[in-house]
Amino acid sequence: MRISPDEMIFWEYGFMHLNLTIVTTWALMILLTLGAWLITRNLKKEIKTTRWQNVLEMLVLMIRDQIKEVGLSKPDKYMGFIGTLFLFIAVSNLLTIVPWYEAPTASLSTTTALAISVFIAVPVFGIAQGGIKSYLRSYLQPNFIMLPFNIISEISRTLALAVRLFGNIMSGGLIATVLISIVPFFFPMIMSALGLLTGMIQAYIFAILATVYIAAATQDAERKKEVKKVKS
Amino acid sequence: MEINWFTVIAQIVNFLILVYLLKRFLYKPVLEAIDAREKKIAEQLEDAAMKKAEAKKDKDLFRQKNEAFDKERVAKMNEAIAQVNSEKERLFEEVRKESTALRSKFEASLKQQELDIKDSLKRKTKNAVFQIASKTLADLANADLEEQVVHVFLGKIEKLDETEKSKFKDALIDSATPITIKSVFELSATSKQNLGAMIGKITGKQNNFQYVLEPELVSGIEIGTASYQLSWNIESYLNSLNNNSITKEKENAIN
Repeated sequence: MRISPDEMIFWEYGFMHLNLTIVTTWALMILLTLGAWLITRNLKKEIKTTRWQNVLEMLVLMIRDQIKEVGLSKPDKYMGFIGTLFLFIAVSNLLTIVPWYEAPTASLSTTTALAISVFIAVPVFGIAQGGIKSYLRSYLQPNFIMLPFNIISEISRTLALAVRLFGNIMSGGLIATVLISIVPFFFPMIMSALGLLTGMIQAYIFAILATVYIAAATQDAERKKEVKKVKS
Repeated sequence: MEINWFTVIAQIVNFLILVYLLKRFLYKPVLEAIDAREKKIAEQLEDAAMKKAEAKKDKDLFRQKNEAFDKERVAKMNEAIAQVNSEKERLFEEVRKESTALRSKFEASLKQQELDIKDSLKRKTKNAVFQIASKTLADLANADLEEQVVHVFLGKIEKLDETEKSKFKDALIDSATPITIKSVFELSATSKQNLGAMIGKITGKQNNFQYVLEPELVSGIEIGTASYQLSWNIESYLNSLNNNSITKEKENAIN
């Protein structure tokens, strides 16, 4: 029994492995991009729009609203990163309904890659918002004693992100596989449905947590900017 | 369950590429479309609000105009009704006057007609009466009556006032022609003598007389020269009576 799609290797050259995870990710990328392009190539700016455009707009607006709700006042700036995180994880998880499909998010490598992306994105957005000094100072909050705890927290939450997603998706897929071998009818179907739900929730959790981390990193700077604005 | 670091790196790269692609093909166009639409909707709403305000203004203006028009219409209507009424009154008055005039004219004409009829009736009656009287007198007239007539005539000459008498005298004296004495019957010798004596007494000279028979006189006598005439007869009486009655009628008609 294969736990991770990383284990299925198509091509190998030294350090490089072309495994199922990467291939599926490519396929997903093509699917997402092609879908987006097909729908957005003739977007209508009129009041009446096509059905697909409506779905897409609803999705994009939902993501934007969520980002805004968490506390980022300029959601368009973070839209690309957080939206893509959500869409990629959600689509990747939802497609588990397709037979023989193995979600790339069931690979710890993928979830680690995504967690590292968040880990890097948080300081990048934080520095972009308020400068490096302001960002680094946030590690000394509320005082310098908290510095090691802040650093530990930063690393541990990244780890948690990666493992949580991986665990959930991998276990979902694994349970379905195990159940199919034990009780071939009916029960695996329920588990698959549950898997869809879990997948969706995980995508949401991952994206929301990423947003919260970014918001935490940028909020100080944003608050200072607002105070400055009010003063001036 | 282990981490394949090559896969991790590959996935990071894949993820970044996906971020770019989705940004390029999904978020940007969709957000742009949404923004454009929102802008358009806002514009349309603004436009609609403007149009609504304009429409309200127009509506108010129209209502005002309508009210003014209604007022004016009512006023004009009232004015027209008043005019029509006064015109009606005037025409009625005119017609009334006309009818009164016509009636009075008609009444006058009726009265006149009545008067005319009465008049003609009177005249006819009078004529008939005179004819009867003159016929009766003519029937009664004879030589004896003539004698009486001459006697009365002589009395009358005597009773003439001085001016009349002198006028008569002058006429008789001046006359070159013989004095004409007209009578209905042939005068008796006594009568002729009496007349001659009287005239001679007045003129104081011998006169020539010419006796003429005049049945028109009915009964009576007439002495005349070329310039003067003195008579006493029934005809002249009747004539004067007739004239008097006509004058009286005229006076009555005028009154």
